[in-house]
Amino acid sequence: MATLNINGVPHQVDVPGDTPLLWVIRDVVGLTGTKFGCGVAQCGACTVHIDGKATRSCVLPISAVGDQKVTTIEAVGKSASGKKVQEAWLDLEVVQCGYCQSGQIMSAAALLSHTPNPDDAQIDAAMAGNICRCGTYPRIRAAIKHAAKEGA
Amino acid sequence: MSQGLIQALSSTHTVPNPPRRNFLKLAATVSATAGGGMLLGISFPANSDGKPSQAYSEAGAGKAVFSPNAFIEINAAGQVTLIMSKVEMGQGVYTSIPMLIAEELEVDLDKVKLEHAPPNDKLYADPMLGAQVTGGSTSIRTLWQPMRQAGATCRTLLIAAAAKTWKVDPASCHAQSGQVIHDASGRKLGYGELVKVAATLPVPKTVALKDPKDFKLIGTPARRLDSPDKVNGLAKFGIDAQIPGMKFAVIATSPVFGGRLVSVDDSLALKMPGVLQVVKVDNAVAVVANNTWAAKRGLGALDIKWDEGKSSNVSSADLIADLKQAANKTGAVARRDGNAAKAYSKADKTLNVVYQQPFLAHATMEPMNCTVQIGPDGCDIWVGTQIPTFAQGMAAKTAGIPVEKVRLHNYLIGGGFGRRLEFDGVVQAVKIAMQVKGAVKVIWTREEDIQHDMFRPYYYDRISAGLDANGKPIAWTHRIVGSSIMARFAPPAIKNGVDPDAVEVSSEPPYDLPNIYVDYVRQEPRDVPTAFWRGVGPTRGTFVVESFIDELAALAKIDPVKYRLDLLGKTPRLKTALELAVEKSDWGKPVSKGQGRGVSAMHAFGSFLGMVVEVTVNDQGEVKVERVVCAVDCGMTVNPNTVIAQIEGGVIFGLTAVLYNEITIKHGRVEQNNFNDYRMLRINEAPKIEVHLIPSAEAPGGIGEPGTAAIGAALTNAVFAATGKRIRTLPIGNQLQKA
Repeated sequence: MATLNINGVPHQVDVPGDTPLLWVIRDVVGLTGTKFGCGVAQCGACTVHIDGKATRSCVLPISAVGDQKVTTIEAVGKSASGKKVQEAWLDLEVVQCGYCQSGQIMSAAALLSHTPNPDDAQIDAAMAGNICRCGTYPRIRAAIKHAAKEGA
Repeated sequence: MSQGLIQALSSTHTVPNPPRRNFLKLAATVSATAGGGMLLGISFPANSDGKPSQAYSEAGAGKAVFSPNAFIEINAAGQVTLIMSKVEMGQGVYTSIPMLIAEELEVDLDKVKLEHAPPNDKLYADPMLGAQVTGGSTSIRTLWQPMRQAGATCRTLLIAAAAKTWKVDPASCHAQSGQVIHDASGRKLGYGELVKVAATLPVPKTVALKDPKDFKLIGTPARRLDSPDKVNGLAKFGIDAQIPGMKFAVIATSPVFGGRLVSVDDSLALKMPGVLQVVKVDNAVAVVANNTWAAKRGLGALDIKWDEGKSSNVSSADLIADLKQAANKTGAVARRDGNAAKAYSKADKTLNVVYQQPFLAHATMEPMNCTVQIGPDGCDIWVGTQIPTFAQGMAAKTAGIPVEKVRLHNYLIGGGFGRRLEFDGVVQAVKIAMQVKGAVKVIWTREEDIQHDMFRPYYYDRISAGLDANGKPIAWTHRIVGSSIMARFAPPAIKNGVDPDAVEVSSEPPYDLPNIYVDYVRQEPRDVPTAFWRGVGPTRGTFVVESFIDELAALAKIDPVKYRLDLLGKTPRLKTALELAVEKSDWGKPVSKGQGRGVSAMHAFGSFLGMVVEVTVNDQGEVKVERVVCAVDCGMTVNPNTVIAQIEGGVIFGLTAVLYNEITIKHGRVEQNNFNDYRMLRINEAPKIEVHLIPSAEAPGGIGEPGTAAIGAALTNAVFAATGKRIRTLPIGNQLQKA
């Protein structure tokens, strides 16, 4: 039995320690905003924050989470950078099918929390791990810059 | 909302061919709802070709049965609800369709709420596609008129209800922002206050549609209604269905196409934590567990024996050899104008080339999944699908129960691109659920999703032309060889052996070609399943035609833009689009070493696109797409924001495939596994994309697929300009890399 701190709430989960955090969040805790895309940290759909750092939850065993704070898309709006990013996504109409956008927003929010005014190269570095099949990349880039301009 | 509430209360009329004018006769019903609101059912007037839809024909024949295929409910609080026959997969219909209603109904867009329509072809069939299908860039094209009509009918009824209440002439009242206003006295009544009376009134035989110059919403950028829940994690896709007591299953399907399951040793798997059950179906094994990961681990512990069948030695080379051989056959004639064979004798120069386009996976970000529960009262299915009625029917057949006992709950789609036009995943999930107590969510791993996709077929095109002394094409012959998706998906669409999808664009190039012969040879890739892929026929056809016309321009030593423009006399809207794209680009300006610009012109889906692409090819032969300039004439635009987004996305989808993607077969199985070897374009590789919309009063064209269809040749033509190398086999991959 492990205890995970997800979005500020402790959850006791009875699964083996090698179970990736993604499946605990989705199937055991029942928060479905964090998505499954590839299972091998290639697409970023499963991105969550571990103590504020963008992390691929599909390859992170819960035994490695310990008492670190897990934040998912459902709660990222409580942070200043998360809220700004969500608003920018709406202002610039980034979303299409929307499936990858939870992960995109988590990566972007983590970027802005430590780099408030990212340049194109910093955006590329932070966001290249997140695939969008609908091709919303030009708007993601614009929305990150828009959020940065709004200030913290 | 129960369809049982609907009663035919008024007479119906047919309009065989809706004229382009603002008064339309219509077939509609209005009734009261249990909650004191009104419900309007309206029948689509006609197919795009002017033939009445089935619902209309029945009504016109004077039968008592009336089949409305759009539903709008307005409740006593003034809330408007649209029962939505189309599914949202990113293309923006959950916003653009409500815009059509809201415009005519005179309500704010945020007053229109949506409900997924249940599967029912009689009620919700798309008039162009003949079934409840979302695909082929048809939604706005087919719903543009009927949805406005539906909104206008409600507005007319609400005005009549107010006029009756006030005992005044309806003409002295107007509707505005969810209210009816009596102009002379300034009296106002909200729609919610009027629905009870409106529900008792006869449906008008004609309604006035707004003059486009009075549009307040249509043609203006509107916020997507589905966005808020897609940025906060609350949006529900099929994979997010949560059913009490639900179990989770992960599958392994026979790695070789056509293979069967022989035996499974599940002794180790069943001892693993969380594993509940191992289920066998004809060509697959599923491990059922109390979470997805436990199921996946259990699957890894199985010892499975497959009968690989007759395809175990088949490779891509065999399938390509099949196509090459088939290209020597005479095909079914798709187009014959003049006498191409004879015209070659007068040609000054000729060119004869082959283009090859690979198998492609859809790789939707939401992997295939389906949740099913089978019990004594029937079967429940939770899935995101483009084809709810087909899926429901196949589920019923598979489970051996009447179709009325199958309840399909449709969800948002995490990427369709044609993949969710198929029901293979639903049938497989039903087979598994038949052996499981309670609900089971079947999820395909990314590897399963790529290896057991139904693939965009490999196509082999042989094309020739003869040019006169001025470089004009006086002879044109084109043989298209490949799988017929239509033969499986919609057999009646095949006419005289020609698959209209396989030859689309190729059989009707936009250029002036006096002597043209186009034929089609069907050649299936043995056991490899094939399916539609974004841009369908036009993506393949446009790549070939636009590559070849570029080759002819080079052969004639004429600028490729000028060459095209001179041949576009019969397609003026395309000519305008091409001219605008060129004007907005740096066409003709000097480039540095390794840089080049390419062009393409595309007409399909009722839309016209001109495109200019700028690339840099470095010394290692790597292609960097710098800039894409598109000019788009898609007729009247409903939501320009969505149109631009669809072009941007369509371009990136097409670029990904042309640069990187091909599914290859070895020993009867797919060689690619996941995004590590089926590469996706990423943000650092995405070009600057500029979209210029051409104002138009023409009927709306489709917009989900044109960007994908147009980009392929524009890119390879740019590569030719940059390097002198003509790419005739896709993807570009490492063809430009120096040894």
